[in-house]
Amino acid sequence: MDSVLSPAAWLLAGIQALLFTLAAPLLSGWVKKVKSRLQNRRGPPLLQPYQNLWKLFGKEALVAHTASPVFRAAPYIVFSSTWLAASVIPLIATKLPTAAVADVIVLVGFLALGRFFLALAGMDVGTAFGGMGSSRETLIAALAEPAMLMAIFTLTMTAHTTNLSSVVDHTLESSYSLRPSFLFALGAMLLVAVAETGRIPVDNPATHLELTMVHEAMILEYSGRHLALMEWAAQLKLMIYGVLIANVFFPWGIATELNLGSLAIGLAAITSKLAVLGIALAVSETVLAKMRLFRVPEYLNLALLLALLGIFSHVILEVGA
Amino acid sequence: MSRFDWLSEFLARLHDENVLVRRGLAKALAPAHVLVIDPEDWAKAAAIAAEFGCRWAALWGDELGAKYILYMVLEYGGDYLALRARIPTENPVTPSVVPHFACADRMERHIHDLLGLTFSGHPDDRRWTRHQAWPAHRFPLRRDFPVEGESPDPTPPDSDYPFRRVLGGGVYEIPVGPVHAGIIEPGHFRFQAVGEEILQLEERLGYVHKGIEKIAQGRDPSALVRLAGRVSGDSTVAHAWAACQAMERAARCQVPRRALYLRALMAERERVANHLGDIGAICNDVGFAFALYQLSRLKEQWLRRNQQLFKHRLMMDAVLPGGVAVNLDAEQIDALRADHRRLRAELHTPFDIIDDHPSLEDRLVTTGRLPADAARRLGVLGYVGKASGQGFDVRRDNPYPPYDSVPVTVPVYAEGDVAARVRVRMEEITITLGIMDKLLDTLPTGEVQGLWPAVTRACEGLGCVEGWRGEILTYVRLDETGRVMRFFPRDPSWLTWPALEQLILGNIVPDFPVCNKSVNGSYSGHDL
Repeated sequence: MDSVLSPAAWLLAGIQALLFTLAAPLLSGWVKKVKSRLQNRRGPPLLQPYQNLWKLFGKEALVAHTASPVFRAAPYIVFSSTWLAASVIPLIATKLPTAAVADVIVLVGFLALGRFFLALAGMDVGTAFGGMGSSRETLIAALAEPAMLMAIFTLTMTAHTTNLSSVVDHTLESSYSLRPSFLFALGAMLLVAVAETGRIPVDNPATHLELTMVHEAMILEYSGRHLALMEWAAQLKLMIYGVLIANVFFPWGIATELNLGSLAIGLAAITSKLAVLGIALAVSETVLAKMRLFRVPEYLNLALLLALLGIFSHVILEVGA
Repeated sequence: MSRFDWLSEFLARLHDENVLVRRGLAKALAPAHVLVIDPEDWAKAAAIAAEFGCRWAALWGDELGAKYILYMVLEYGGDYLALRARIPTENPVTPSVVPHFACADRMERHIHDLLGLTFSGHPDDRRWTRHQAWPAHRFPLRRDFPVEGESPDPTPPDSDYPFRRVLGGGVYEIPVGPVHAGIIEPGHFRFQAVGEEILQLEERLGYVHKGIEKIAQGRDPSALVRLAGRVSGDSTVAHAWAACQAMERAARCQVPRRALYLRALMAERERVANHLGDIGAICNDVGFAFALYQLSRLKEQWLRRNQQLFKHRLMMDAVLPGGVAVNLDAEQIDALRADHRRLRAELHTPFDIIDDHPSLEDRLVTTGRLPADAARRLGVLGYVGKASGQGFDVRRDNPYPPYDSVPVTVPVYAEGDVAARVRVRMEEITITLGIMDKLLDTLPTGEVQGLWPAVTRACEGLGCVEGWRGEILTYVRLDETGRVMRFFPRDPSWLTWPALEQLILGNIVPDFPVCNKSVNGSYSGHDL
């Protein structure tokens, strides 16, 4: 444990969390770019999300006169809780001190905390759209969270730990056998990730139609730096789910030792994995239309079902095998 | 079947009910047949017409000497009937026809707001077009009101409009607009919803009232056509044509055959461009952006060809009284033919995808259903009507040249949902490409601009043109110097906007944008 808690490891953990935050807009820009190309468009430049954030940080933040302190505080809480969640996830290396002090339950907890304040902020000003967005978000969250926990439990049961780093290590150490429980869990995670990050077919991040929005409806009243933080947090969330899927299910390439060579390989590995996931997301967003809202529970029930099947198949097929 | 073979039976029914009909002006609004009746028989005649099965089409008022004139246009079997009544100015009250024709509601309120005629027994006494403009007893469409307006002050906001509310546990209200997040026209929508289900929708329009009927007064025919081309920008050809047709019929102007063919060609091009845009936008509203970008690309190429051949992307001001402003040479005709071929080939793939994409089908089928009986009651037109079993199309049912020699097929569906409205649009594009080829193949030679005759007597005319949204009815009255005294363009949106309030009931809130887009009423064409 000594090496884990060494100052160098903490420094690396800090750098990794920073990298997570700084790279998040790039992933959003990448998805947008690929989507545009699939639609025969040139699309905005890859770095456009950074320019947007920069622009928003430079703008005045207008706050409705009916807003309570919750409305002002929410962007900071949402951003920092999402960021803390990100710091728990192994990005380019495992065996990080942050991962040792916080496990996957904490990760889900941070995300839930952020969403709680996001939903509060949506209702705070008292506009119809914000309230509608919050109500839809909680509907989705109430069904997505159990599915996500179940999917993760499948993995943690295999690795006998809820610590993400250890889960990754366990996968790396075990033989390259194809486990049905992992496939089910992966399916569940993919479905949950799409719902939780507000992508098509559950929500449409590119829409201007207030009546159809979920995430965008909640942040409709925000401007300036508040909006920048909210949007950044959303980009971070996309990155969190991307990295979770990439590193937990396909951990190969991640650095298990803290030396420059393996860190560089780790960085290259996660970059290419995220690039591929981004393309997959863009393709699915291009070929699918958005679902009707009342179909979303069916969709998330499918995710829950897959996660449960994962657990069952683990218990039936893999325990003791 | 010959024209007006039902009229004698209708007249007999009027006679049975003791409605006195004067027939002196019967041919004044040809092809419509005018029946002059007494104002007190107004509602009774409407009741008989409703029972007879007439479709209610338009209503407008006019000020003529010391009387108000009220016109109501009905349609039966493709024939137009115009009821006309003279209302005394000292007590301008007429019985409302809303109990017999629900779709007359907003037009009666519009006439009340702008001309000051009162419709007794109208179930809704709220303002419609005028919002908070003008003092209570000033009516801008009256003769004594100056065309340039009276007050430079902005109209106060219409903030206390009494929307109907739904009470009950968990019912909440969603106000949307008039300013929207997208680049669309202004209009206010007030939803009463419980959970995500819409219990009631009420529209509040009039935010783009431009005073078109008023500023038309005193114009010469070409200035009026310029104005008519701006009633609704996306229907500029159809509206300009309808205004020209009304004036040409009034002034007995002979339009060269080639000009009529070119007008039809432009009107059909307008139909294709708007349908392409709409189909893409409907798909985009359910998050299927692929279709939007593909169809936008095709629409853009189409509009660029308009710019090249007709000097304007939307072909504004290409239709003139007595003719058209553009002509085509053989090379340009070949270019158009090649365009049609290319579009047909290119549309094949996106239309196939839209037609049987399961995830799209899931969103569009059964969404926003307008049953056939509701559609008939509301008198809806164009693609909204055709998707709900109402196949009326002026080009086929009351053909005006050149459609007398170019047959038109009309796609009709019974489902009445968003998917049916998309399908009607897709089929109309295909049919229209065929019509345009036929027009080019049979394009007559000769002049494209006829001589505008000197008007020496007061006259009036009715234009009936099938725009891309459906039937456009335009009334124009000229005075003895040939100046416009009254202009009323009835855009089909007058009849499709109320249908939106009906078809949305029971749908969920997030499905409103796609339902709205599938109807796509014109705000500008309605607000005037």
